[in-house]
Amino acid sequence: MDYFLTEEQAMIRDLAGQIAAEKVVPVREELDEKEEFPREIMKVLAQSDLFGLFIPEEYGGLGKGSFELVLAVEELSKACLGVSTTYAANALGTYPILLFGSDEQKKKYLPDIAAGKRLVAFGLTEANAGSDAGGIQTTARLEGSEYVLNGTKQWITNGGEAEVYTVIAITDKAKGARGASAFIVEKGTPGFSFGKKEKKMGIRASSTSELVFEDCRIPRENLIAREGMGFIVAMKTLDSSRVGVGAQGVGVAQGAIDEALKFARQRVQFGHPIVGFQAIQHMLADMATETEAARALVYAAARFIDSGAKDVTKASAMAKLFATDVAMKVTTNAVQVMGGSGYMREYPVEKMMRDAKILQIYEGTNQIQRNVIAQSLIKEAAKGK
Amino acid sequence: MMRIAVCIKQVPDTAEVKINHETGTLVREGVPSIINPYDMHAIEAALQIKEKTGAGVTVLTMGPPQAESALRDAISMGADEGVLVTGREFAGGDTLATSQALAGAISRIGAGLIICGKQAIDGDTAQVGPEIAQFLDMPHISYVRKIIEVNDSLIRVERLMDEGYDVVEADLPALLTVVRELNQPRLPSLKGKMAAKKAEIAKWGAAEIGVSPEKVGFNGSPTQVKRIFTPEPKGGRKTLEGTLEEQLETLINELVEKKCL
Ligand SMILES: Cc1cc2nc3c(=O)[nH]c(=O)nc-3n(C[C@H](O)[C@H](O)[C@H](O)COP(=O)(O)OP(=O)(O)OC[C@H]3O[C@@H](n4cnc5c(N)ncnc54)[C@H](O)[C@@H]3O)c2cc1C
Repeated sequence: MDYFLTEEQAMIRDLAGQIAAEKVVPVREELDEKEEFPREIMKVLAQSDLFGLFIPEEYGGLGKGSFELVLAVEELSKACLGVSTTYAANALGTYPILLFGSDEQKKKYLPDIAAGKRLVAFGLTEANAGSDAGGIQTTARLEGSEYVLNGTKQWITNGGEAEVYTVIAITDKAKGARGASAFIVEKGTPGFSFGKKEKKMGIRASSTSELVFEDCRIPRENLIAREGMGFIVAMKTLDSSRVGVGAQGVGVAQGAIDEALKFARQRVQFGHPIVGFQAIQHMLADMATETEAARALVYAAARFIDSGAKDVTKASAMAKLFATDVAMKVTTNAVQVMGGSGYMREYPVEKMMRDAKILQIYEGTNQIQRNVIAQSLIKEAAKGK
Repeated sequence: MMRIAVCIKQVPDTAEVKINHETGTLVREGVPSIINPYDMHAIEAALQIKEKTGAGVTVLTMGPPQAESALRDAISMGADEGVLVTGREFAGGDTLATSQALAGAISRIGAGLIICGKQAIDGDTAQVGPEIAQFLDMPHISYVRKIIEVNDSLIRVERLMDEGYDVVEADLPALLTVVRELNQPRLPSLKGKMAAKKAEIAKWGAAEIGVSPEKVGFNGSPTQVKRIFTPEPKGGRKTLEGTLEEQLETLINELVEKKCL
């Protein structure tokens, strides 16, 4: 389907696609097997300016928006979700600075981020605070000109690999949800260390680890926005980045369809290529239709965000929910179309199926997305619009 | 600030190309064009020097109007500008005529370092680089596999040899031809692609490069191609079968029998 991309958007898509095909596909199996961080690929993405896509030109970026980021994420995800998670989590970690940072903070961090010199991570989740982010226990106490952080974040993508961390911590327990604040913490700050690196079902090239804060002192200037804004920063950040998770879903689904179709045209049983069997054809037809619908929704949501719309919560939640449910279904069916071969590590679809599962979980589980969408519906109904 | 000229050639993608067995020539219709793979290493070498020293990089090609796209591809990787030497007068040139034309263009650019690929994968002569150096009366170092040092006045490199390598130093200006071992060519960048889209490509004919039309193209070519053909394979052929050990044994026996061993 033609989505009427501008010449520049097509250029971005094609370059990301070229990197995916030439630099990611040849190594994805090994990265998965060895649970190895894709350092070389990140260098290529940096050299190709892809880290600067969504960063304003005044800070050394290309000044593009969510839509262009979505195009790049989709292309990388066709090849490997572990790689695209590393890339997309960098955007997730950058949004707090981009959306709420002071001019000084932007000047200090964005140019290096745009150049791919410093990778970023976002730390919200804790052992007792997953879906219920309000349950976080990490604290930040103001002492003179410094904040002192204590607590542990878990399952943080790019943990250990990133140079810059945007972290949500409690500054005033008494104020509940209004008592959280967002901070920038640099790797190497005394009192900031990394806990265990997780072993995962999928996206094994992506690194996931604990962030441990023990009397970690950071300058007061590292507070993002004002005290008490932490959850607003986190929610607006997720509103912007979730559509990228949707794009990951579209990409991996497309990658799986391409593999399944190629296989089905070659595999002969009962004297015919299996693609001739109606059962296979209908599966492929559903996979392609659902993926196209997901793509259309993700693109529409990204363009809606770029339009400057004020409330994008529902749109980005819908895009994330639908595209990632489609991704799980399509990758599972790609394995089915390929039978035993699909189940073997020799073919890429078993990895795609393992990888796809995370998309229904991180950046808010799909149950939580449904809650969010329903709350928006109820709010809209109450307003009578 | 030094200027580096990189000579590139647009060639058919050999991965996709077929040979017309009647004429012995490459079937170019419908085959995508690429930058000659060795020239990609030349571009990368120039870009690495640019990153270190701030040198300017001009890519240069002689070819038909459509060769402009190869220059834009080089700009998307990070080259600063492109020059297309083009015109009817250049058609049918051999390596001498081509070198004459490129040397003329390089004189006009005023480069302190010239980098070429070792050879073009369609002609495979490896002559153009050294011939350009000869026309420009400067030293050349061929088969460069590593650039050890470069500044405004000299360059020191490793030259690949059959066994090992030489370390060679030359005063600048000089010309290098480079091999694959030198580096890993980068992919384009988005800023580069955007610059490439907007770039003005200079187009120079014989008049602009100050070379007589008699010295370029068909007129300037002492080499005349009489016939191109694929040589018939001589003698019999045999494919060995069995396990590796069995194949080895048969091979050795036959070689001894034929008095090759
Ligand atoms: C690989 C990976 C990478 C991650 N990267 C990051 C990161 O970079 N930064 C970060 O901050 N976090 C990250 N996370 C954390 C992720 O966002 C959380 O795992 C996710 O929000 C869900 O929280 P939980 O795992 O604690 O599940 P729980 O909240 O314990 O949920 C368990 C189940 O209960 C359901 N559930 C919970 N509450 C409700 C409800 N109210 N209504 C209906 N169902 C409900 C959930 O949908 C789920 O099915 C990552 C997680 C993983 C696995």
